[in-house]
Amino acid sequence: MAGVELTGVRKIYPNGAEAVRGVDMTIEHGEFIVFVGPSGCGKSTLLRMVAGLESITEGEISIDGRIINEVSPADRDVAMVFQNYALYPHMTVRGNMSYGLKNRGNSKAEIHEKVEEAAKMLRIHDFLDRRPQQLSGGQRQRVAMGRAIVREPKVFLFDEPLSNLDAKLRVQMRIEIKRLQRRMDVTSIYVTHDQTEAMTLADRLAVINDGRIEQMGAPLELYNNPTTLFVASFIGSPQINLVPVVFDGDKLISGDIALSGFKDLPTDADLVLGIRPDDLTQNGEGEVSLRVDLVEQHGAENLIYGALLGAAAEEGEETEICIKVDQQTLPKIDATLKLGVNKSRALVFRKDNGQRVL
Amino acid sequence: MKNTNWRLIYAHTVLIIGVIFMSFPVWVAFSTSTHDDVTILRNGLQFWPGTHFFETYWEVLFVEGGVMKSVLGTTMLKNSLILGIGFAVGKVIISMLAAYAIVYFRFRLAAPLFWIIFMTLLLPLEVRIIPSYEVMAGLNLLDTHTGLIVPLIASATGTFFFRQFFRSVPEELLEAARLDGATPWRFFVDILIPLSKTMIAAILIIMFVVGWNQYLWPLIMTTKEENYTLVIGIKQIYQVLAEGGELPQYQKAFALTILATLPPVLVVLVFQNWFVKGLVESEK
Repeated sequence: MAGVELTGVRKIYPNGAEAVRGVDMTIEHGEFIVFVGPSGCGKSTLLRMVAGLESITEGEISIDGRIINEVSPADRDVAMVFQNYALYPHMTVRGNMSYGLKNRGNSKAEIHEKVEEAAKMLRIHDFLDRRPQQLSGGQRQRVAMGRAIVREPKVFLFDEPLSNLDAKLRVQMRIEIKRLQRRMDVTSIYVTHDQTEAMTLADRLAVINDGRIEQMGAPLELYNNPTTLFVASFIGSPQINLVPVVFDGDKLISGDIALSGFKDLPTDADLVLGIRPDDLTQNGEGEVSLRVDLVEQHGAENLIYGALLGAAAEEGEETEICIKVDQQTLPKIDATLKLGVNKSRALVFRKDNGQRVL
Repeated sequence: MKNTNWRLIYAHTVLIIGVIFMSFPVWVAFSTSTHDDVTILRNGLQFWPGTHFFETYWEVLFVEGGVMKSVLGTTMLKNSLILGIGFAVGKVIISMLAAYAIVYFRFRLAAPLFWIIFMTLLLPLEVRIIPSYEVMAGLNLLDTHTGLIVPLIASATGTFFFRQFFRSVPEELLEAARLDGATPWRFFVDILIPLSKTMIAAILIIMFVVGWNQYLWPLIMTTKEENYTLVIGIKQIYQVLAEGGELPQYQKAFALTILATLPPVLVVLVFQNWFVKGLVESEK
């Protein structure tokens, strides 16, 4: 049982724009894969190529070992959930869910049974005879998923399905999607620009930038061991702190700051030091200091934003950093905090090509 | 408060004057049609209804020789209805199909073809009336309903309206339908047509009125009395009046005029909700 396989997939639009620049990927059966990246990076295009809504300029996509480049969307055995739900407004929920089955020539009894079953699973049983306009956003999204489920496809495709929902509902639906996917054991590809969604849903996630896969792996792997500056800064919330540095042989230097304990780094290039907010701790004899600018109270923890004192920066500007502290720590604005750096978890990148060197 | 009152009075005065201005001639036509021929000849136009309403309308509608030489008012009414409905339905079908092709299918010259269709807006029937007549004559379709309707049903206006409407339908609906295994024809029938319901209704109504009021083409196309539409009938009856001989039957001419205005008015009145919806709202 194979899942989905992409080999050397490229997409070049007739106007010459290259949206996908060669993607290779193997997705196992039952895996939940998330494509994540900034808008315009080509992640949706890639998904739509799997769905058959965009032609494949070069390369091959296969599902279960069958190459589907020239197969029509209907015959690929995939189902898709759209961002704006794309429900047929003039049909009832039942009509929406059975339309695909009807076109495939299933019998009435069979359709009825499948729709009832999916409706129960999604708890939309009470709305089966309503129109989409009479439903809330979350309910509509459920119907859209129901429409995908009843077809029992080999692959589920999700194109930013939660972006139109409010924050609370989004979290709730996120959990439901995950649970549903587990239960049905169907290979799924999910596109989002929200890194929290990506981290929490994915078995493996693919960070896509400018039409290429920057890195693919389990969420924690990407969080702990990003191979590029882009991945490091894209994954993780609050964002990783980035400080421009140079290496002088045994210390990382940024303006007046010198951090010892590093070795074997290139001395001839500009580097970027990346430290996650959790890896900075308040500490009396810390090596760096922060002037508090803003404290964000999130309940369980506080995020402190401020300027890294002494760091090299453009004239008149300061290097902003963020640290995570417990809820009791509430420093005054403009107070100076001494910080310790967890060097074992520090990441160092080359500034020119973004590759990780430590 | 006082201010708003004055504005209301002002606005209503303007509206009422407008209404009187528009409906006065219709009223005069109606009143005159209910008098007998002698009264009209002697006293001219009548401003209040007379006593011959049933007599006149009965003769116009149901009595042979009552209005034309042989054809009945009801026959002309039927012809007009066939023309109006055929014209409207034909236009909707043709222009929907054309717009569907233009919006949803990628074929060479789609854009130039659309603009060519659009440009025919600049060419009214009058420009092509002789060639069209020639074609219909060649096909032996003179004096038939087919010949009356078919040359008129290509519609740039309709195509344009449907094109605009189809372009406002979210693309995802098409994509969802494709994934749901809908063929282009099924997508058209199952999704596009139901979504266009109000639009179709609005265009049907407009086109029915336009078709009903067609004058020049039916005038040229029909030679036999039994194929006359009401509008042509009115023209013929006035001609008879002008040529003289007997006592001019003005009341019947007016009755025919009133009869000719009724169906479009009824259609608009009955369907005005749909009509406004179709023009204003886009259901998505």
